[in-house]
Amino acid sequence: MELTTVWFILIAVLWIGYFTLEGFDFGVGMLLPVLARDDRERRTMINTIGPVWDGNEVWLLTAGGATFAAFPEWYATLFSGFYLPLLLILVALIVRGLAFEYRHQRPEAAWHSWWDRAIIVGSYVPAFLWGVAFANIVRGVPIDETKDFTGTIFTLLNPVGLLGGLVTLFLFLTHGAMFVALKTDGDIRHRARALSVKLGLVAAVVAVVFLVWAQVHTGNAGSAVLFVVAALALVGGIAAAYGGREGWGFLGTFVCIGLAVAGLFVALFPDVMPSSTDPAFSLTTTNAAATAYTLKVMTVVAAIFTPIVLCYQAWTYWIFRKRISVHHIPDAELEGAH
Amino acid sequence: MDSILDIARWQFGITTVYHFLFVPLTIGLTLLVAVMETLWLRTKDPDWLRLTKFFGKLMLINFAIGVVTGIVQEFQFGMNWSDYSRFVGDVFGAPLAVEALLAFFLESTFLGLWIFGWDKLPRGLHAGCMWLVHLGTLASSWFILAANSWMQHPVGYKYNPDTGRAELTDFAAVMFNKVQLVTFPHVILAAYMTAAAFVLGVSAWLYVRRSEGDRPMYRRGIRLGAWVALVAGLGVAISGDFQGKVMTEVQPMKMAAAEALYETEDSCAPFSIFTVGTPDGKSEKFAVTVPCLLSFLATGSFDGKVEGINDLRAEYQEKYGQDPGARYYDPSGNYSPIIPVTYWTFRYMIGLGMAGAFFAALILFLTRKGRTPTSKWFGRMAVATPLVVLLANSAGWIFTEMGRQPWVVFGLMTTANGDSPGVSPTEAWISLVTLTLLYGGLAVIEVGLILRTIKKGPDAFEEPPDPTLGGSDDEDRPLAFAY
Repeated sequence: MELTTVWFILIAVLWIGYFTLEGFDFGVGMLLPVLARDDRERRTMINTIGPVWDGNEVWLLTAGGATFAAFPEWYATLFSGFYLPLLLILVALIVRGLAFEYRHQRPEAAWHSWWDRAIIVGSYVPAFLWGVAFANIVRGVPIDETKDFTGTIFTLLNPVGLLGGLVTLFLFLTHGAMFVALKTDGDIRHRARALSVKLGLVAAVVAVVFLVWAQVHTGNAGSAVLFVVAALALVGGIAAAYGGREGWGFLGTFVCIGLAVAGLFVALFPDVMPSSTDPAFSLTTTNAAATAYTLKVMTVVAAIFTPIVLCYQAWTYWIFRKRISVHHIPDAELEGAH
Repeated sequence: MDSILDIARWQFGITTVYHFLFVPLTIGLTLLVAVMETLWLRTKDPDWLRLTKFFGKLMLINFAIGVVTGIVQEFQFGMNWSDYSRFVGDVFGAPLAVEALLAFFLESTFLGLWIFGWDKLPRGLHAGCMWLVHLGTLASSWFILAANSWMQHPVGYKYNPDTGRAELTDFAAVMFNKVQLVTFPHVILAAYMTAAAFVLGVSAWLYVRRSEGDRPMYRRGIRLGAWVALVAGLGVAISGDFQGKVMTEVQPMKMAAAEALYETEDSCAPFSIFTVGTPDGKSEKFAVTVPCLLSFLATGSFDGKVEGINDLRAEYQEKYGQDPGARYYDPSGNYSPIIPVTYWTFRYMIGLGMAGAFFAALILFLTRKGRTPTSKWFGRMAVATPLVVLLANSAGWIFTEMGRQPWVVFGLMTTANGDSPGVSPTEAWISLVTLTLLYGGLAVIEVGLILRTIKKGPDAFEEPPDPTLGGSDDEDRPLAFAY
């Protein structure tokens, strides 16, 4: 296999990792005002993702770095072209990341509620905008012969882009509800499970519309199979949650998100960023790629270290595998002891 | 479309200097916290655990800002500097990708385990997590400094006229660039010095103000901080001296600009401690100079030759300025940085760094053999130490980055050719203003939290649960730590 194809697959894997993992912690953040009724419940929810959200976000940084290294032209066009949405995502990720670490540092209720807002807004914004960005990549954006994006922010806010935003938004909401149902106990667990079914049905509708559009627009046999299995996984996950099987429910949304992203990449290939101006200006796995030497070096590094990273990240999920409920949350005063 | 060059440069300067206020503290504090926790395990002395948790908390408040502002760093190359990214991506992207894979995963995962793992991990393993976080910060520094060193002194690449970009030919040459080999120790030792000065300053502040009972503990913090700051400070000076010689070799203009040396000195070039005169140093009214010191800093010999700005400018114009069509052509034909900036940042870096090391030495002397100074002046000096060292860090980076101008990659691409042609000035302004306001607000919150945490001081000793001793089967026990 061509190294450029290998790296196209690896970057797809990094985005799959990012959306399946950070997807649920965005969901938990967005559901904070919906599922939790008091501060102790909010803290219960936040603590389900406390030890892992930062590691989840590194998948994004690795995807960004790997795109820079393996497909410099793709990185340059995408990041300079999707400028304002990415700026909004940056601001959201900054306030959200700080909120997790700073929220518990002071006892005042007002302090908590400000950081809660940062978590909620900071989760909604990227959950929506990543979908807008990916829908536009698949749809094609105006790119000229120098590989520069020639549109504006309004070019990206087209119906397909907005639909894509709703898809990631509802998929992550469902994924987050499934995660809370899986990781908590008591009232909040039951509320989360009931909500995951309702959110899942909405997600299923928008996701199916979007995936059908993507399939018709640029799909192939491979993407069709992946999209169908993704949809089935979502339906299976909803049914499992409805039947009280939280683990299977979470697995359902996990597989659905992973395969849907995989399908979009399969549909894109061999383009990485199609040009709507002229197909001749499209960025592809070959004309956007780094040299064979760079890809070879990176392949060696990735082959050695990716398994190690996967092992210790899996181990950390194992260490924090227990369900959390409100009585596990130490009192705010006692918390000062740590 | 108008160029976003100046806006993008201000954003890079502001966000990078800001990011690097938190980075050196984090690199150094992960080490010192790991040392404190290990000392607790070895000595069973409860004070070390209290210090571990106290400085661990301060480290986490810092780490959080370092992490989130770091995301901006990775994104803005593509957002504001897309032509730079296209030109260097083949060489420059690899260290960034490897940094994320090797370092960021390690740091974030094991930091999560350390924060939440007090009742879940055996004690040795818990301390090991902090050592791994520190290893992650070192790996991160290695790769990002290798990328920066390549911008100072590009090696291991070939310019490909067909693709119009620099292409990697030797990854090992990039990783072990001679600039990298002197920059890495300099930056890491400066980070250790910064964090040690922080431990020293915070401990001394509490020592002067707090009850007698906890003084032995604060004294430990003072002595540990002062020793590490002093030893690291000497290392910073030595590595900086090596760095100066490599810099003179690969970027002679930067050394000339550090001294505002316009005319070549054939031997015994003097170094001015400070100058009163025009800002660009062309005419001086008064200066305090040390004879031959610049020759020594640049070449290692007191009668070494140091090239001046005017000769170098003519040389660079000859070498790079012939072809207005080339991407490395500088339309201004200037090829020298802004001299007042390089002249003064070089002096602030050295002067403030030396002041920090001197304070650390003085504090060691004042606290020798159980002496317990409690005067206001002792406290003030201790609190000033981390501040001057932090400013020295900033000055050093401003010097080395501004001193490379007008190049973004020395000799290969000028900064003016690197910005994003597709981004409008309006977009770039929105980004600059948004990030500057956000960063300003976060600085207020961060400093407020740090001060609040310092004023509260370390919590009373509490034996952390040891999962290896059983008791972890108590399902309803509250978490040892929760957000």
